[in-house]
Amino acid sequence: MENEASAIALEARKLTKIYRMGTVEVHALRGVDVDLRQGELVVLLGPSGSGKSTLLNILGGLDMPTSGSVMFRDQPLALDSERALNLYRRNHVGFVFQFYNLIPSLTARENVSLVTEIATNPMPPIEALTIVGLGDRLDHFPAQLSGGEQQRVAIARAIAKRPDLLLCDEPTGALDSKTGILVLDAILRTNRELGTTTALITHNAVIAEIANRVLYFADGRIVETRRNAIQRAPGELAW
Amino acid sequence: MSSLDRKLIRELWRLKAQVLAIALVIASGTALLIMALTTIEALEETTSAYYERTRFADVFARAKRAPEYLGRDIAEIPGVRLAETRIMEGAILDMPGFPEPVVAQLISLPERGPELLNALVIRSGRLADPTRPDEVVVSEPFAEAHSLKPGDSFDAVLRGRKRTLQVVGTALSPEFVYAIAPGGLMPDDERYGILWMGQDALAAAFDLEAAFNSVTLSLLPGADEKDVIRRLDNLLSPFGGVGAYGRADQTSNWFLESEIAQQKNMSRIMPTIFLAVAAFLTNMVMARLIETERREIGLLKAFGYDNGSIGWHYTKMVLVIGTIGILIGSLIGAWLGHWNTELYTKFYRFPFLLYRPGPAGFVIAGAISLAAALAGSLAAVRRAVRLPPAEAMLPPSPPIYRRTWASRTVLARALDEPSRMILRRIIRWPLRAFLASLGLAMSIAVLIMALQWVDAIDSLAETVFERGQHQDATVAFNDLQPIDTVGDFEGLPGVLAAEPYRYASARIGHGHLIERQGIIGVPPGAILSPVFDVERGRIEAPPGGLMVSRKLSELLDVRAGDTVAVELLEGRQTRLSLPVVQIFETYLGTPVYMDMATLNRIAGDGRVVSGLHIRVDAPSRATLLARLKDIPNIAAVLFRQAAIDTFYKTMGETIFIFIGFFVAFSMTLSVGVTYNSIRIALSERARELATLRVLGFSRWEISYILLGEVSILTWVAIPLGATIGYGLAWYMTSAFETELYRVPLVVRDATYGKAALIALSATWFALQSCDGASTIWI
Repeated sequence: MENEASAIALEARKLTKIYRMGTVEVHALRGVDVDLRQGELVVLLGPSGSGKSTLLNILGGLDMPTSGSVMFRDQPLALDSERALNLYRRNHVGFVFQFYNLIPSLTARENVSLVTEIATNPMPPIEALTIVGLGDRLDHFPAQLSGGEQQRVAIARAIAKRPDLLLCDEPTGALDSKTGILVLDAILRTNRELGTTTALITHNAVIAEIANRVLYFADGRIVETRRNAIQRAPGELAW
Repeated sequence: MSSLDRKLIRELWRLKAQVLAIALVIASGTALLIMALTTIEALEETTSAYYERTRFADVFARAKRAPEYLGRDIAEIPGVRLAETRIMEGAILDMPGFPEPVVAQLISLPERGPELLNALVIRSGRLADPTRPDEVVVSEPFAEAHSLKPGDSFDAVLRGRKRTLQVVGTALSPEFVYAIAPGGLMPDDERYGILWMGQDALAAAFDLEAAFNSVTLSLLPGADEKDVIRRLDNLLSPFGGVGAYGRADQTSNWFLESEIAQQKNMSRIMPTIFLAVAAFLTNMVMARLIETERREIGLLKAFGYDNGSIGWHYTKMVLVIGTIGILIGSLIGAWLGHWNTELYTKFYRFPFLLYRPGPAGFVIAGAISLAAALAGSLAAVRRAVRLPPAEAMLPPSPPIYRRTWASRTVLARALDEPSRMILRRIIRWPLRAFLASLGLAMSIAVLIMALQWVDAIDSLAETVFERGQHQDATVAFNDLQPIDTVGDFEGLPGVLAAEPYRYASARIGHGHLIERQGIIGVPPGAILSPVFDVERGRIEAPPGGLMVSRKLSELLDVRAGDTVAVELLEGRQTRLSLPVVQIFETYLGTPVYMDMATLNRIAGDGRVVSGLHIRVDAPSRATLLARLKDIPNIAAVLFRQAAIDTFYKTMGETIFIFIGFFVAFSMTLSVGVTYNSIRIALSERARELATLRVLGFSRWEISYILLGEVSILTWVAIPLGATIGYGLAWYMTSAFETELYRVPLVVRDATYGKAALIALSATWFALQSCDGASTIWI
């Protein structure tokens, strides 16, 4: 749970990202400042190409900014060191992707183990899968699971290392609303029960209702920040 | 087991067909290298063990007739450990049911005690009893060729006297591991045999009581062989010595050593080429396989796996595939090595075979193969881990295609969209297309390299036996005969023409280089067996100088116009300087020719001949053969047709089987490459092809896009492969040049065609195997 007084978990300043495609320069981020507080659930909302994913990738250490800085727990992230970023991802960040990105040759439990094996203080894979409601599907391969189940395995995989940051890129993008709600439930529960700072990308405005705070993106900038007075439960949503 | 290892095992299982295809490519190279290395090892080990156990001599010498007491003087030459004198004579045998006269080498066994040197290995029966003059031990291959068993008998003409000889045993001798008749090229066990009999019996038959005409020596360690030979020659020269020689020049050993050298040569060249091709293919295939794993690599990085562990993960993948390949290769290689060595023992007769391959061959082959596979894959892994994980996880952005001038031509406008897709893809990634083509081209090239051996050997046989020689048989005499013998032979029934020749043992030196090489004297206007240059054809031997074959000219470093020192090793042992008047090219041996009259003059023997080449009238052949069996003083009769038959039979049993293996390996290569290329293309384009399916394209039309590309690359590969294949063939023929033979560089058009057809069928086979898969993918 977060409140105004919570410590700042992640602080990004003046982030820019320019992709060069041949002779064309694409400005994905044009100087973004953002703070994520401990235990906060932030939703990033905006149209495609507005820079949400780029920001999330930089915050998660998956990508490097062209300029700007990121502070994690008041320590600057060495954005130019592949090794430092790797350790940061390994020890502090959990990712959930739109298309699940499960390893097809590994079962649900093994997909989670893949991460717990290299984490410092993980929970047992069974526990993580039980949190997302898949305690009875441990030995199923991705091909034997529905889309929603696969995404929940991905969430279990992300939370099993007890990350400080949970970054979800369109986690419900490929799911119908009913399944999407189950997935959001799992994310929200993690956020509440484990106190994991969570950032979630969506272009579905309805989903923004579950957040503490909503950041509106357009053209590589945060154009508006809104704080939800009431955080609604996923079950109350419909789209 | 870690989840990553589990992933590895399951992925390998999923890709099993591809894994097997790559493993087989690696296995081909490995097997070949192991086969060559272990064959050499076995031959060398067997040879040295055999020589040691049977006390094979170090120095050999012949004389006309040396008194027995000379043996003691010989034994006292410094450096000599043991000396054994004996009698060696030729005989003509009349084998029951075999029309042609058979040439035999008779060798005496000591009257008392075992042989000091060159001990026989009795294979059946027993040694001849010295008190029974008609008992003989026969060489095992000769016994096999004529189904002789102890107890059998046959007739022989010993110095003009017919005798019936009783077989009491069969044996093998280290002196005749490779038993070829004088002047022969390959062992012909039907027409040439070795017979051992008691010394007294042989002495009586050849009038050599208390005398010997052959001596063999073993030397003390560190003895100076040259010095011993010089002293031995001095001792024997008053008694008609014809020049002693060391083990290196002993005929059987020379062939055996040449063969081992040839094998060593081959173990360097053939497997190197094969392994290089396999490495290139493994490299290419693994690189593309890992490209398709790019997304998973990104994911692992996102989880916090470092580059090292990801690299190790894929390294393990390569190691597993490589190890499977090496294991298969080792098994096949060891089996082939054994088989190959056994094949040798058909021609090189050992009483036992030591095939105990040490680890060296396997370690070398394994290390080279693994290194090749790893080198290929690690570059791809390094490329993959270098991508930031965010980028690696995205599907690769659509490649940039451009409309080139080519796409604006009329021809381009006439193309349908699928064809356009095929061409654009090739043009967009020309390097990748080229490499895929090159992979196939390499397998075609290796096929051509293997198949051209048939062309080369045919051409060799045609040049040597058909264009170069026109006699039906060659008769060699025990001793020099007066020139009138030519007329006597012309008078025999069935002889159409007879042409004499003179042979003289000699040492030829130029500066510090010395070669023991007999000189053949040919009469002017020789047509039956003239001096023959492979390019210029028949050439006349001018009086007064030597005609030296190119290979010998290289060994002696002489050019036309140079003078060489010639030392005749018989008769008056003349030493003189002679000019080299011409260098000519020949495929077999290192012969030297000169005008027969000149040779006779410098040898001081008058008008004599060593033998005759004859043409035979086919209908009278049988009568002539029967007559020849009774003519005294004939040391050997060699039939050209028999030589051709033996040549092809030997080739059929060695080289041609060998080529079969190469063809099989090459096909493995092409199937492996094509299969993997298609599978990878499929996985790279699964989405695109599935989209087309959604758009309403039929399966056939989609296959056209995929297979069209493969077809174009295959067609490009054919001329490319032919060119590389010619290059490899050229390299092989130049690298395979030995004193025994040179292989001409001949690649017939049909060979290119066969190689292309085999490669095309391999592609077709690979496509068929992928067909089922493509249905699932699309």
